[in-house]
Amino acid sequence: MSSSLPSLIVLLPFLGAGVMGFVYLFVPGGRDLRRFYVAVGVGAPLLAALLGLIVVGELLTLPDSASITSPLYTWVSIGSFDIDVAFVVDRLSAVMLLVVTLVGSLIHIYAVGYMWDDEGFGKFFAYFNFFLGAMLLLVLADNPILLFIGWELVGLASYLLIGFYHRDTANITAANKAFVLNRVGDFGFVSGLGLLFVLQKQPGFDFASIFAGLGGADTAMLSLVGLLLFVGAMGKSAQIPLYVWLPDAMAGPTPVSALIHAATMVTAGVYMVARFAPLYNRIPDVGLFIAGIGAASALLAALFASWQNDIKKILAYSTMSQLGYMFIAVGLGEYSNGIFHLAAHAFFKALLFMGAGAVIVALHHEQDIFKIGGLGRRLPAVRRTMLVATLAITGIPIFAGFFSKDAILAYAFASGHTTLWAMGVAVAFLTAYYMFRLYFVVFVAPGHRSPSSHASQSSSMAPLPRSMIWPLFLLAAGSIFLGFWNLPEAYGGGDWFSHGLHLADHTAHLRSAEEYMLDGLNVLVALLGIAVAYRKFVRPAHPLRPPVHRLAWQRALANTLYIDTVYDRLIVRPLRGLSDGIDRCIDPKIIDGSLRGLVALYRGIALQSARLQNGNLRWYALTFLLGVSGLSLYLLIAIGGAS
Amino acid sequence: MTVNPDAYFAVATLLFSLGILGVISRRNLLVIYLSIELMLNAVNLILATFSRLRPDEGGTMIALFMIGVIAAEAALFLAVIVQIYRKKQTLDSDAFTELAQGKRL
Repeated sequence: MSSSLPSLIVLLPFLGAGVMGFVYLFVPGGRDLRRFYVAVGVGAPLLAALLGLIVVGELLTLPDSASITSPLYTWVSIGSFDIDVAFVVDRLSAVMLLVVTLVGSLIHIYAVGYMWDDEGFGKFFAYFNFFLGAMLLLVLADNPILLFIGWELVGLASYLLIGFYHRDTANITAANKAFVLNRVGDFGFVSGLGLLFVLQKQPGFDFASIFAGLGGADTAMLSLVGLLLFVGAMGKSAQIPLYVWLPDAMAGPTPVSALIHAATMVTAGVYMVARFAPLYNRIPDVGLFIAGIGAASALLAALFASWQNDIKKILAYSTMSQLGYMFIAVGLGEYSNGIFHLAAHAFFKALLFMGAGAVIVALHHEQDIFKIGGLGRRLPAVRRTMLVATLAITGIPIFAGFFSKDAILAYAFASGHTTLWAMGVAVAFLTAYYMFRLYFVVFVAPGHRSPSSHASQSSSMAPLPRSMIWPLFLLAAGSIFLGFWNLPEAYGGGDWFSHGLHLADHTAHLRSAEEYMLDGLNVLVALLGIAVAYRKFVRPAHPLRPPVHRLAWQRALANTLYIDTVYDRLIVRPLRGLSDGIDRCIDPKIIDGSLRGLVALYRGIALQSARLQNGNLRWYALTFLLGVSGLSLYLLIAIGGAS
Repeated sequence: MTVNPDAYFAVATLLFSLGILGVISRRNLLVIYLSIELMLNAVNLILATFSRLRPDEGGTMIALFMIGVIAAEAALFLAVIVQIYRKKQTLDSDAFTELAQGKRL
């Protein structure tokens, strides 16, 4: 069935971005029209969310595998081969649509309070709407080409927003890093798309006809396609080895981090793999590789997060870790569990970032958790919602993270991938530890009372605007109740979400008793992590000091294993050396040299010819005569002679 | 009285060659001008001759017309020569090489 609503949903945020950008740039005095920017910048995502709800409501009245398409026009038409600009809402993109617009809208509302005093308020909301529109384009695209356009626009928007505080060079560097690393991934992605295009024998390049044409294709080639597409996902979703941009991306304003980590950008890779589920189902080896990368990323990121002191960097690594879970899920072929964890994660991660943002604003941009300390009594609303989000990400029962994470781990165990399962459990322990480390140090432990840090002076606490508080409660509600949407059968539920998603999942069945045991183990492990954090950070009565790392391995982990330095030495410097070499030898000598040689040649010829013009009248007359004589001879002999 | 047309052609060719020789070899601008006139008249002569050889008076007409044009042109030419003389007090064509490119290099 077709409807124009999906294209309208995509168009709205872009329209908002365009209008706000125009007003910001060209209307005199337009930069201070904050109420206008709030109306447009928050209105567009809210309207998109409303339309999204209507479309999804319509979709639910249709049979399971039906979809609502919104064809706009034919973009490329070569013979019988058409590439349409069309948007499609099926069960998978419906979930993404709701997550992106609902969580995105809440982050927009939160950003009103967070960015109110910034002089670039209008610019920020123009970028923000653009980001949301790009993500919606990616999610609702009907063919991989359109998806790729959204994919690139998301990268561009993240670049603009990470470098939003552009007066500081470090932020620009971070933005460049994110952009360049994403280009590395996109190179793989676009190569994969090109290969897929070559393999495609049937007319049409939309998802349905691609998957219909997969049957006859060579498995080895398909594996290459799947691998290359996943390289794109590595870049976008911050997995090993292309993850290093994610912690640096914290240079942007906190709402940007929330948007990148919850609703847009990093979830794109997981969505893409789920979208290509029929392809990945044919190449389980690549799927296993994806799951392996996911597990390794999850473990590495959890280790890094346990040793960070910057509140936003802890959250950044925790996102990478949770994305690792999602890739374990989609890699092993349980796509709906991966998407479910994505949706749950969107809620509690947005909440965590927004809570962190509230803390940062209240303390005048202090981000070191050991300098913040003991905020529980001063920010009770933030403390309570943060606790909900922390419990959700830790996987304590009834919170969303419990159901989504345990479904992934249970499946990994049931399908016989015990190594991946064990890594997942280890990550669960670390997650509990570092999240409660963050929570205890920031909210529970007594504050670090050094006279030099203004963090501890209660008089200097900035009051929080209301628009920064109430979105937290909505997200907290989501973090608590979302899990019941996919209540497993073992708990009397029906896996409604997974069944409703209608993806080509693999299935592996666990007996209820086994599932209880696995879940019990996970909860136990999480409680253990919490206990360790409690012993370390709440028990000591004296004020906390930043940990001093005496051992070499502790220092290495605190410095994230010097991965940035290693990349710098191994890749950046050789490349820079190569560029320098080209700049010093090949460019000036060979390329410029050959050009200069040509110029010298023409100049020489011209100067020699100029000697003919010597000003001697008789000489002119003679050459003139010779010329006319020659011409006459030619006329006589060659032409006149014939008749 | 009829004369063989070849004689006319011979005279015209002689006149034209003399003119060319004059332009190429002489340096005095007045003599160069005279030589140009010689060439023009050689052409006139040929035009008139051909016109008589064919039943067509067009060539003669052109020749007559050209004589008029040449008269007007002579007035211009002489005026230019006077101006040139005033500039450098000489009529030597080799003295006027301001527009040359080759000399300065």
